[in-house]
Amino acid sequence: MTSLRLLKDKVYAKIMLIFTILSVAVVLVIGIGLYLKSVPVLNKISLYTLLTSSVWKPLKGLFGFFPFIMGTLWVTAIAIIIALPLCLLTSFFITEYAPNQLRKILVPFVNLLSGIPPVIFGVWGVLFIVPLIQDHIAPHFVEFSTGYSVLAGGIVLAVMIFPLIVSIVCEVLNTIPKDLKDASLALGATKWETIRKVSLRKAKPGIIAATVLAVSRAFGETIAVLMVCGNNADVPHSVFDPGYPLPALIANNYGEILSIPMYDSALMFAAFLLFIIILLFNVISRIILARLERKLAL
Amino acid sequence: MTHNPHISIQHLNVQIGNQEILKDISINIPNKKVVSIIGPSGCGKTTLLKSLNRLFDDTADIKVSGKVLVDGEDIYAPDAEVTHIRKKMGLLSQRPYPLPMSIYDNIAYGPRIHGTRKKAELDEIVETQLKATGLWNEVKDRLNAPATRLSIGQQQRLCLARGLAVEPEIILGDESTSALDPVSTSIIEDLFIKLKEKYTIVLVTHILRQARRVSDYIIFVYMGEIIEFGPTEEVLLDPKQELTREYVKGYIS
Repeated sequence: MTSLRLLKDKVYAKIMLIFTILSVAVVLVIGIGLYLKSVPVLNKISLYTLLTSSVWKPLKGLFGFFPFIMGTLWVTAIAIIIALPLCLLTSFFITEYAPNQLRKILVPFVNLLSGIPPVIFGVWGVLFIVPLIQDHIAPHFVEFSTGYSVLAGGIVLAVMIFPLIVSIVCEVLNTIPKDLKDASLALGATKWETIRKVSLRKAKPGIIAATVLAVSRAFGETIAVLMVCGNNADVPHSVFDPGYPLPALIANNYGEILSIPMYDSALMFAAFLLFIIILLFNVISRIILARLERKLAL
Repeated sequence: MTHNPHISIQHLNVQIGNQEILKDISINIPNKKVVSIIGPSGCGKTTLLKSLNRLFDDTADIKVSGKVLVDGEDIYAPDAEVTHIRKKMGLLSQRPYPLPMSIYDNIAYGPRIHGTRKKAELDEIVETQLKATGLWNEVKDRLNAPATRLSIGQQQRLCLARGLAVEPEIILGDESTSALDPVSTSIIEDLFIKLKEKYTIVLVTHILRQARRVSDYIIFVYMGEIIEFGPTEEVLLDPKQELTREYVKGYIS
């Protein structure tokens, strides 16, 4: 009887291991698949040229990805710069200041926001954000902007990653022991001082982790960004310039004009590039996080 | 002993939701003595302690009525300023909670908040308070190390030093030795005895031997009410009330 139970335990452990490996392997398989598909374009054009050239003329066989890389980075950076302070303040309000009844309304509301399909955010961006930028924001800074810009993309993205960051940061803040905050309050610190000097510090690794997750999502967000970004294959020089992020490039063109030689492979390279950017970003932030945790000795 | 009450609690009632935690508490806590609050778990002794620095202000559905006078000033008055009240009282909680920063910054935290900026002044405060809690020789070479690297007993002394650094008049201890080993416990107890020269000390404890070792007076709380209050020896050895007698003999807990 006992041996059977032990055997079961071992079998289940093995099965779990196999499934875990399988799901992790998917990432590898995708990476390898994308790489193999992009080999033709890599053989024809050097990696350096692909990454640094700004000339995008598929009909002439010229594929420069620099504008798309910059488009992706601009949109994502704008989204994080807008979203992070808002998210932190919201999270602190929900966890520290909001009365119970209000909290019970706010939390589902924030979660609801994450359930709205991206395309609806896209429509909202086109109908509301784009005209807002065109008529009311851009005229203060530049002579002309259609409103379709990396700023519009960033704002729409910021709203989309907002619930993700808020829910993770709230979770993190809720794990901070009340006695730790009390220790600060008991010394005569105000709530805000306690948040700024104790909670924020204690929650820092969690906040970074939430940001990493949000940035990874923002890098890949396609449809909503595509609808408001202008999709112009030029490097943006201001927030009011249009941009063309990598996911939008793939979504707009894949399957359409594949009769152009190398185009298919170039788009696969775009996907591979996106994959690598997200991978690199995650690896780097893991390293930073590990260092931070060691330094704080949590 | 009632001539000079440092803390005077008058008809204090605390209610959370529909539950009465403290019922009509009235007591004068004498200046520069150690007073222990004893009683079975859930009797309201921690609530009584925390009512002294309003740390449960944020608890949902809490209702407080009555007065708590500290130096004659009602801390529950509508115009009472809570950070000023809390600054007067150092709190030592059940487990040590060092702030997520260095040893030095833990002590300097309070003074910095209250406006001390000069490095030399802060240095002096840190040294004085670490010496007062007997930590100086143990940590003087690693003041910039994270406070979490200290042993738990050292952490608790650090927390005491951190509380003393804002120059309180009162020290509140909430079962402050319950997470500590016997050696650290006796160090903290000795500190309490030493510190009563300068501070009024109110402790919550469930260890009767500790109450006897360190305190001058004992308050016995049962079901949210004060059953007995008097000098330590009297309450423990010759209690006036039947409930107190049963508790100190270990019949109720």
